[in-house]
Amino acid sequence: MKKPDNAFFSRVLMMGNEAAAEAAIRAGCQCYFGYPITPQNELTAYMAKHMPERGRVFIQAESELAAINMVFGASVAGVRAMTSSSSPGISLKQEGISYLAGAQLPAVIINVQRGGPGLGSIDPSQGDYFQATKGGGHGDYHIIVLAPASVQEMHDMTVEAFRLADHYRIPVMILADGRVGQMMEPIRLHEDPPPPVPPKPWALTGAKGRPPQYIRSLFVEEGALEKHNYELQDCYRQIAAAETKAEETETGDCEWLIAAWGTCARISKGVVRKARAQGIKVGLVRPITLWPFPHEHLARLAHQVKALLVVEMNCGQMLEDVRLAVNGAAPVHFSGYPGGRIPTETDVLNALTALAHSQGR
Amino acid sequence: MKPPKNCYRRPTSLTDATMHYCAGCGHSIVHKLLAEVLDELEIRERTIGVAPVGCAVFAYFYLKCDISEAAHGRTPAVATGIKRALPDRIVFSYQGDGDLAAIGMTETIHTANRGEPITVIFINNTVYGMTGGQMAPTTLVGQQTATSPAGRNPATMGCPIRMCELLNTLDQPYYIERVALDSYAGVVATKKALLTAFQSQVAGKGYSFVEVLSPCPTYLRLSPQKALQFVGREIAAQFPVRIFRKEGVPVNA
Repeated sequence: MKKPDNAFFSRVLMMGNEAAAEAAIRAGCQCYFGYPITPQNELTAYMAKHMPERGRVFIQAESELAAINMVFGASVAGVRAMTSSSSPGISLKQEGISYLAGAQLPAVIINVQRGGPGLGSIDPSQGDYFQATKGGGHGDYHIIVLAPASVQEMHDMTVEAFRLADHYRIPVMILADGRVGQMMEPIRLHEDPPPPVPPKPWALTGAKGRPPQYIRSLFVEEGALEKHNYELQDCYRQIAAAETKAEETETGDCEWLIAAWGTCARISKGVVRKARAQGIKVGLVRPITLWPFPHEHLARLAHQVKALLVVEMNCGQMLEDVRLAVNGAAPVHFSGYPGGRIPTETDVLNALTALAHSQGR
Repeated sequence: MKPPKNCYRRPTSLTDATMHYCAGCGHSIVHKLLAEVLDELEIRERTIGVAPVGCAVFAYFYLKCDISEAAHGRTPAVATGIKRALPDRIVFSYQGDGDLAAIGMTETIHTANRGEPITVIFINNTVYGMTGGQMAPTTLVGQQTATSPAGRNPATMGCPIRMCELLNTLDQPYYIERVALDSYAGVVATKKALLTAFQSQVAGKGYSFVEVLSPCPTYLRLSPQKALQFVGREIAAQFPVRIFRKEGVPVNA
């Protein structure tokens, strides 16, 4: 007999921070290390309650530095590990993220962004795009960056982050913001088994039945660091070829194109609907992976539109990647909100209609 | 020909690699003692070490057990992550005075305060070796270094930090001892302290900490022999050599 479709009733109302925490548990995260900071505290509190219940590891570390390095240790030992924080705390974690990248260790890091620079504010922001997508710490590296726009995506992308991290031996960051983290929405929980853990012959588990091995990011022998960095670049090329993701909305016939990520992309979807009702043929391209960046989507669409409008809660960060991808094929305009204020559909619609009028519909 | 049973030989846990340490450096002695302890307790195959940023960063070339690097000072945090992930393994961190008592002070104190059941080996030679002889948190008052060329002045540079005493104020540590590599007797005492520390961990007890006062002839600007005397007379005068905590109970001086 066919099972009744209870998809509707299997949904639960959850806050973004908690949805990410629950996803990590369901993805087989064995160790979580955190440090309090607003607006991600619910995530740490959720892990404090639910990780020990399952016999897993939770530590409130003495600092973000300690937390990310505990993640490093757990990853060295071959288990799935995660930390979370918000912008100022993520800055502190950058040292550890650079070492994770250098040592080719999988890890999941959630950044529920708040305003900056400095202490900034506790309001939502997209001000950490540069930091997340261009490496963030010292050295010549990248991490995978996923940008959720809903509570469901906070959940799903966290599961996916563990798969990506283990598969490519790379740190993966969920670049959320205070709005996605704090908002409550009904979501469907991940019911499948955790993403399979690939063999980890590199992990340090004790030299039983094999020669001793080590994990390092220091390469002082002549030519060794160059070779290592080229290996990292090879890995990045594989990731870019296989994992780049973007979502397109109404781009088939669009004459104008909004490019936005995360919260701003979600707002822009409503703008597309409203603008089309007014006769403005606009589409939306939303990078889901901020690194690797969907250059090809932008490059292709740039040739069909009159102009692009980049919408971000910052002073223009993804804007630079969009301009690189568009490469002069169309004018690229910007509508930014750097003060912790979430733009309304009207704000973005006004920016778009002003652009359409100035460039001639 | 098989060597006789009681013949002095290289510990199994030590590799054949030629160590990069300077002549008279204490690191090579502690590495050998550590290897002997791993052999005697038969734990080499389930031991994971964490090497510091400093002279001992290449410990993995010399010790025949799994070893991870760590960022400068984060050594105990990395060790914590490993031990929590694999509680049945033996985990140690091996750190110098800059790594442990300067940049890693926070991690050092909180790891001890949580009573993480790991072993921390602290090589205190009162100076930064790897970077060229700069002032350490444990540099003696008046001691000349690259960054205290006129000698450490307490008025502007503070006084040497006594780590065993500091950690002994916490409730959770299980075993804390300071030893000095100033003589044959000091080497024997160091071996015994390391053995006790690892035995505690094997027995599933808490946090163990062994501070080794160690010679750095290069940056003490002394001959290897004079450096040993300096450890015994000058450094040990500032840092009393004794057991501070035994089986979780503070030991009075």
